[in-house]
Amino acid sequence: MRYRLMTAALAATAALQFAGPAAATDLEVTHWWTSGGEAAAVAELAKAFDATGNRWVDGAIAGSGGTARPIMISRITGGDPMGATQFNHGRQAEELVQAGLMRDLTDIATKSKWTEVVRPKSLLDSCTIDGKIYCVPVNIHSWQWLWLSNAAFEKAGVPVPKNWNEYVAAAPALEKAGIIPLAVGGQPWQSSGAFDVLLAAVGGTDAFLKVYKDKDATFAAGPEVAKVFKAADDARKMAKNTNVQDWNQATNLVITGKAGGQIMGDWAQGEFQVAGQTAGKDYTCLPGLGLNEVIATGGDAFYFPLLKDADKAKAQEVLAETLLDPKTQVAFNLKKGSLPVRGDVDLQAANDCMKKGLDILAKGSVIPWTDQLLSQDTQKQKEDLFSEFFAKPDMTIEDAQKRFADIVGSAD
Amino acid sequence: MSKSERPNQLFRNLNAKVASIPMILTALVVFVGGTAWTVLYSFTNSKLLPRLNFVGLDQYYRLWSTPRWLVSIENLLIYGVLSLVFSLVIGFILAALLDQKIRFEDTFRTIFLYPFALSFIVTGLVWQWLLNPDFGIQRVVRELGWESFSFNPLYDSSIVIYGISIAALWQGTGLIMCLMLAGLRGIDDDIWKAARVDGIPMWKTYLFIIIPMMRPVFITTLVIIASGIVKVYDLVVAQTSGGPGIASEVPAKYVYDYMFSAQNLGQGFAASTMMLLSVLIVIVPWAYLEFGGRKRV
Repeated sequence: MRYRLMTAALAATAALQFAGPAAATDLEVTHWWTSGGEAAAVAELAKAFDATGNRWVDGAIAGSGGTARPIMISRITGGDPMGATQFNHGRQAEELVQAGLMRDLTDIATKSKWTEVVRPKSLLDSCTIDGKIYCVPVNIHSWQWLWLSNAAFEKAGVPVPKNWNEYVAAAPALEKAGIIPLAVGGQPWQSSGAFDVLLAAVGGTDAFLKVYKDKDATFAAGPEVAKVFKAADDARKMAKNTNVQDWNQATNLVITGKAGGQIMGDWAQGEFQVAGQTAGKDYTCLPGLGLNEVIATGGDAFYFPLLKDADKAKAQEVLAETLLDPKTQVAFNLKKGSLPVRGDVDLQAANDCMKKGLDILAKGSVIPWTDQLLSQDTQKQKEDLFSEFFAKPDMTIEDAQKRFADIVGSAD
Repeated sequence: MSKSERPNQLFRNLNAKVASIPMILTALVVFVGGTAWTVLYSFTNSKLLPRLNFVGLDQYYRLWSTPRWLVSIENLLIYGVLSLVFSLVIGFILAALLDQKIRFEDTFRTIFLYPFALSFIVTGLVWQWLLNPDFGIQRVVRELGWESFSFNPLYDSSIVIYGISIAALWQGTGLIMCLMLAGLRGIDDDIWKAARVDGIPMWKTYLFIIIPMMRPVFITTLVIIASGIVKVYDLVVAQTSGGPGIASEVPAKYVYDYMFSAQNLGQGFAASTMMLLSVLIVIVPWAYLEFGGRKRV
């Protein structure tokens, strides 16, 4: 009874605030944020949305994006759309938008001046198709991070490395101490992502753009990318004893000092936070592997399927506004370990690693990420190649590079 | 043929025919129609959504030059031969042993059939743990004193498919045993008596008299096993998700991954058409021999 009263009260305030017919509306939101740190972050979004008098119905799908996206897409194409859904902004939902299944948010965007508050601008660009805005970016996630366990290096008796090259040199010492030098989980996207990070770090920003943006197959087969494959070969040797699948299990190896480090996006930070570790003291983070300090502006965004129900459509607008609200942005991104999409929010509480990221962002050293540059089809082929490369020690660098160049050549 | 006879044929057993219309429609629209649709769209470059934009055999060229697909086919062959041979042999031997009028037959039958009650997902997870080097069989044997013992199929690319086959055999053999046992029980006792009178040893009786008499049972079993082989998917997903690398990929998983997570329907359809083709190559000659031959006799 009390609960019902409270909902009624909330609904009343909501009705006052938005002066619309909106009573408490249930809106199902699907996402793949299920690890400890991620779940804590998404709870912040739910809290903020519930405070508007609507109700966030959580539709978490376990098993990372590769498992979740097909489920989301088949629900949308199959005529059972949810209220809102997570995708990585970029090309994942491209065809859904072209088929007219997604809601055009341009009106709300102009009203709330998204173009002025969202930074960097490229985020909103990847939500824009044919001049219309179709998604709300909620965070910036960059892959370019190397997470190192200070305890592991102490045990091995070597100083914590400052860049990738020092790290590779320290690998034998780690191995001697019974520590896995590099943790790479078995899920295909992990090895493929690690390679992309190496490409941007070892090869440099230009090489990265030439391969993935210009899709230059001759360059991809050339000597500069060969250097990157050499580095990937080092990584493969360092990672050969990781017997885990999920990325957070691999991160956990670093947290517990069983592995020296991991190349993983900044979402790994949430795991360190949940484990109660402090940046700089318990673990060290090296953006751009300490070689090329750039961060990619990939990340998560919410898309809103076109709904017939007017109440729900109204609630979608409220949710879109809530997601970009400065307060929500801070609360969510602190828990998630990602960077906020607004430049005007106060991040006093950010830890060392996040501050490093914010600095790089302020300097403007940003690159687009593969989600924005490549189709899912090409991404999948890349995943197949690199999961094979990392699991098969007898696959030669030359062979892998040739196949990589073929994929780049046929990319769309 | 006179005109008056035709309606007669059509309206004979009218009730039965009307009653089967829904099933006929389902078969035609869902199975045949769906298959035709899939084959048609496998010649297009459909991405996330189906589009009629024909590209000829491009999807098939790409399919057959993809290492992952070739690995999948090879795995399916190994897995297929292993599960066919071993589940038939083990299933038959278990059935023959149970058929010796032993005590506690019910108990044994229940034990052997029990794994079949588990889904492939559960089976896969159970065997993922059993075969995990850090807490499965390898660890138990090592703790018993054999320090150098190594049994780690799921993390070794060259033998991972055998690790999956073990789980599949464990799950499926019980059912084959039951089918075989039913077949054995259907053999008249007099045959056994006659064989005994003639002094034929027991193994010879099984091999040359009983097994040929059980032909229908074997054919049923074969169809059940074969269909299980072609569609193997969930076991692999639960046990290894295709890993390490792409070493335990199977065709059905390729179809799913390319249709849904790679958002490339055309490629997925091409792969599923190839799967259909491989089934047809096996089924058609067999059906021809089985049904075509009988009519002529």
